[in-house]
Amino acid sequence: MGDFHNPESDLDRFRFRLGIAALVVLLAFGTLVGRFVWLQVLQHDFYRTRAEDNRIALIPIVPNRGVITDRNGVVLARNYSAYTLEITPSLAGDLDATIDGLAELIDIQPKDRKRFKRLLDEAKNFESVPIRTRLTDAEVAIFAAQRYRFPGVEVRARLFRQYPLGPIGSHAIGYIGRITDRDLQWIEEADRQANYKGTDHIGKTGLEQHYEFELHGETGYEEVEIDAGGRALRSLKRIPPVSGNNLQLTLDSRLQEITERAFGDRKGALVAIDPATGGILALVSNPTYDPNLFVDGITPENWKELNEHPDKPMINRTINGAYPPGSTFKPFMALAALEMGKRTPQQAISDPGYFNFGNHTFRDDKKGGHGSVDMYRSIVHSCDTYYYILANDMGIDNIARFMGQLGFGQRTGVDLGRDDSGESRGVLPSQEWKRKRFKKPEQQKWYAGETISIGIGQGYNAYTPIQLAQATAAVANRGVMFRPHLVNQIIDAKTGEKRPVEPEPMRDLKLKPQNVDVIRRAMVGVNKEGTGARAFAGAPYEAAGKTGTAQVFSLKGADYKAHAIKKELRDHALFIAYAPADKPRIALAVLVENGGFGAQSAAPIARMVLDYYLLGKLPAGAAKEDVAAVEDDHEE
Amino acid sequence: MIDAVGTLKRGWHGLIAPIDFPLLLITLAIMAVGLATIHSATIGGNERMLAQAGNMGLALVIMWLVARLPPQKLMSFAIPLYIIGLLLLIAVFLFGTPVKGANRWLPLGFTRIQPSEIMKIAMPLMLAWYFHKYEATLRARHFLVAVLLLAVPFGLIAKQPDLGTALLVGGAGFFVIFFAGLPWKVIAGLIAVGAAAAPLLWGMLHGYQRKRILTLIDPTTDPLGAGYHIIQSTIAIGSGGPFGKGYLNGTQTHLEFIPEKHTDFIFAVYSEEWGLLGNGLLVFLYTLLIGRGMMIAAAAPTKFSRLLAGAITLGFFTYAFINMGMVSGILPVVGVPLPFMSYGGTALVTLFLGIGILMSIQSHRMLVKK
Repeated sequence: MGDFHNPESDLDRFRFRLGIAALVVLLAFGTLVGRFVWLQVLQHDFYRTRAEDNRIALIPIVPNRGVITDRNGVVLARNYSAYTLEITPSLAGDLDATIDGLAELIDIQPKDRKRFKRLLDEAKNFESVPIRTRLTDAEVAIFAAQRYRFPGVEVRARLFRQYPLGPIGSHAIGYIGRITDRDLQWIEEADRQANYKGTDHIGKTGLEQHYEFELHGETGYEEVEIDAGGRALRSLKRIPPVSGNNLQLTLDSRLQEITERAFGDRKGALVAIDPATGGILALVSNPTYDPNLFVDGITPENWKELNEHPDKPMINRTINGAYPPGSTFKPFMALAALEMGKRTPQQAISDPGYFNFGNHTFRDDKKGGHGSVDMYRSIVHSCDTYYYILANDMGIDNIARFMGQLGFGQRTGVDLGRDDSGESRGVLPSQEWKRKRFKKPEQQKWYAGETISIGIGQGYNAYTPIQLAQATAAVANRGVMFRPHLVNQIIDAKTGEKRPVEPEPMRDLKLKPQNVDVIRRAMVGVNKEGTGARAFAGAPYEAAGKTGTAQVFSLKGADYKAHAIKKELRDHALFIAYAPADKPRIALAVLVENGGFGAQSAAPIARMVLDYYLLGKLPAGAAKEDVAAVEDDHEE
Repeated sequence: MIDAVGTLKRGWHGLIAPIDFPLLLITLAIMAVGLATIHSATIGGNERMLAQAGNMGLALVIMWLVARLPPQKLMSFAIPLYIIGLLLLIAVFLFGTPVKGANRWLPLGFTRIQPSEIMKIAMPLMLAWYFHKYEATLRARHFLVAVLLLAVPFGLIAKQPDLGTALLVGGAGFFVIFFAGLPWKVIAGLIAVGAAAAPLLWGMLHGYQRKRILTLIDPTTDPLGAGYHIIQSTIAIGSGGPFGKGYLNGTQTHLEFIPEKHTDFIFAVYSEEWGLLGNGLLVFLYTLLIGRGMMIAAAAPTKFSRLLAGAITLGFFTYAFINMGMVSGILPVVGVPLPFMSYGGTALVTLFLGIGILMSIQSHRMLVKK
């Protein structure tokens, strides 16, 4: 490579290479011409015939989207057919003039025009874009008479999605909307472009998105003979579409409705699970929204209202809200202590009302303490000191290992959204977590003092309501865990064949039966003589439960006075429960944001849910806050 | 009076001095064919054809402006243009808005720009400047740097993903390196490595990209999906026969079987109506264009202008070959327009920037020699 810089040879070499390039060009163009000769001379007859046969157009026929029903067959999502007025931009000429002309015949609102503009930007030129949806019969007739004036405009029958129950269960069901670029990418990655020809809606969230490819069905097509002007003359062949598969949920829509009503206008979440299968019976995130708003493309005003509402109705709190579990963490801590041999049920402490660690004092809610506290009393009366000491004895990594087994701090993999990336992990604190979470070395170190408040479900602890429900169900089911899921079975539209979802347990924690019994007895005690007793007074079944309160902000030793504090800074109320205690059919976790004490606002909701599910008893109205419970309930 | 005429005459000569008439006539001929075909492709509508004529006017003015600049001036644009292009590509990578599944556009509030387009010119300009600067001290490491200068924008564009533009930019850069004297051994080595790495590359392609290649081998496997374009465009070409179906008589076109018929697939429309004869004429016109470009390159006085002219000329070839190859079913479908034919203002402006540069090199050749 030494001979780079002799100007003469440089020019010669350049010209030589130019010559080589010219040869390559001629060779390539020669190949092209060869190809043209092959196509246009040698194969000409073949292709001429094909072009003549090409009076046949393939028109995709969009399949019916699968129907979603609850466990009892109540329809949650279905389709109905309606007429739309659509414009094909490439055929219509001046769009504004066309729309103005149409507006003289048919009611076209500014919002219709706005939506049309938006859809036009997303659409390909030769695709038709709706200017009006849900035409009345009269409007269809009026347009039909004037059709000749509007080239490229036509009335089409399209299927629309409808959610008959409106806002009920919307966070579980999700909704569909127009296909956007991001969805197209998804379709391409899944290699399903051909099957989505003609389809313009797709699942956007919830079950509608998770089961998109089950619900969609197979697109059929019609072979139509067309004349030289492109108009259809007759149908030659029709490959009918295959409807999408139907989903039958584990969800009980009545239970869902009753629970949502129980929340009233309070923010919060509830997840109720059948512990023996992992099937979700109710999945409530309050406030909720009406998914029907999204089907035609949501108006900017509605979207703004939903998105900017201070209560954030679009957030699915069950999988995306992470909250400290507060005292609902204690039964799991106790179970960990038993399983690891750190405590026996009988071992008691003498609670002075505080625990000193280093030069910091961790206080119990009850001044002067609970006296002698064994494991049973520690849960029934929610004794903090017991768990301060226990957490300190166990160490953060032991706690993290056991709680991780129960699914805390991990995505449950519930069947919502496109994949589980939409679900929050929450925070399961450990030394390793802190090292990864923080950047500065002094922040990365775990201090033993930080372990203490982990024991009562405070500190870095933050879990989603579905994780809390999953862990409760795991204890209720004696350690055999299922992945929480909403779909019971997928019913094949063609064969009627039923495919159950998730019949196999996810893992068995191999808990010792006597340990589980200790926890169960203590949680039953909570509802008989402890913090949950008022809410469960007179219940004809035995329910295991635990109240909890999660601090929203720290009071630095001052007394907590709910009325003196602004509502959004009030503590979150929690409650976990399963029932009947000896043979659990339902396990749940309730969270009421800024609800104060768990016994006060969360436990009554749990009672209502259990009453309905186990007894079929209908509640009178929204679960009332049990104000008196606050006075009794210093132990929380 | 007489003087006024003289001044006018001299002024006129000054105006047309930078223009290379053979080059101009060839491109005008191709563009005339293009306008007529757009008219046919949009079912006799005039809207697109007139819009394209407007684009051509604008592009010709830009060509003339560039042709007036001396090559030294062009050289001074190399680094800033390359850096701007690169920064914009990085901005697209970070903040771009995806349109139809690909992230190519940078929103600027009032409009959006496609920075990869800038690179089609900035890349050969930069590399030609680079080899010119180190002409006297050229070493192997300079080739390595050049490859790096090429690889980064190429990677960013390929990642968008925009395989078509990435190929054009990569090609333009490679031609400069090739003309600068990349040793044949290395070229042979690259080909060998490329062949060996093919299975590996195959594994890195997106599912839909693989499908396009497989579809090329047997389009009938996916008649509703990816194979549709190829099937319909080969039918259009084949049914055109030796002499074509006649202007405005292409059934494939007018029955809407050809997708993107006024842009990427415009060749199918042309070929159906004008047949093998028309195709031969068009290929001949492109050959003339490339031949004229090569003549300009061969006569160019400096290393910079030689490399730039050579690379731009072969760039035209790449455009034309890839487009006609894909439409006639011997290359996979990538988004490359047919130069001077396809509808679209941005591509046309870029092409005429290239023509303007060729004219600048040609018209300033004598000045340098003096």
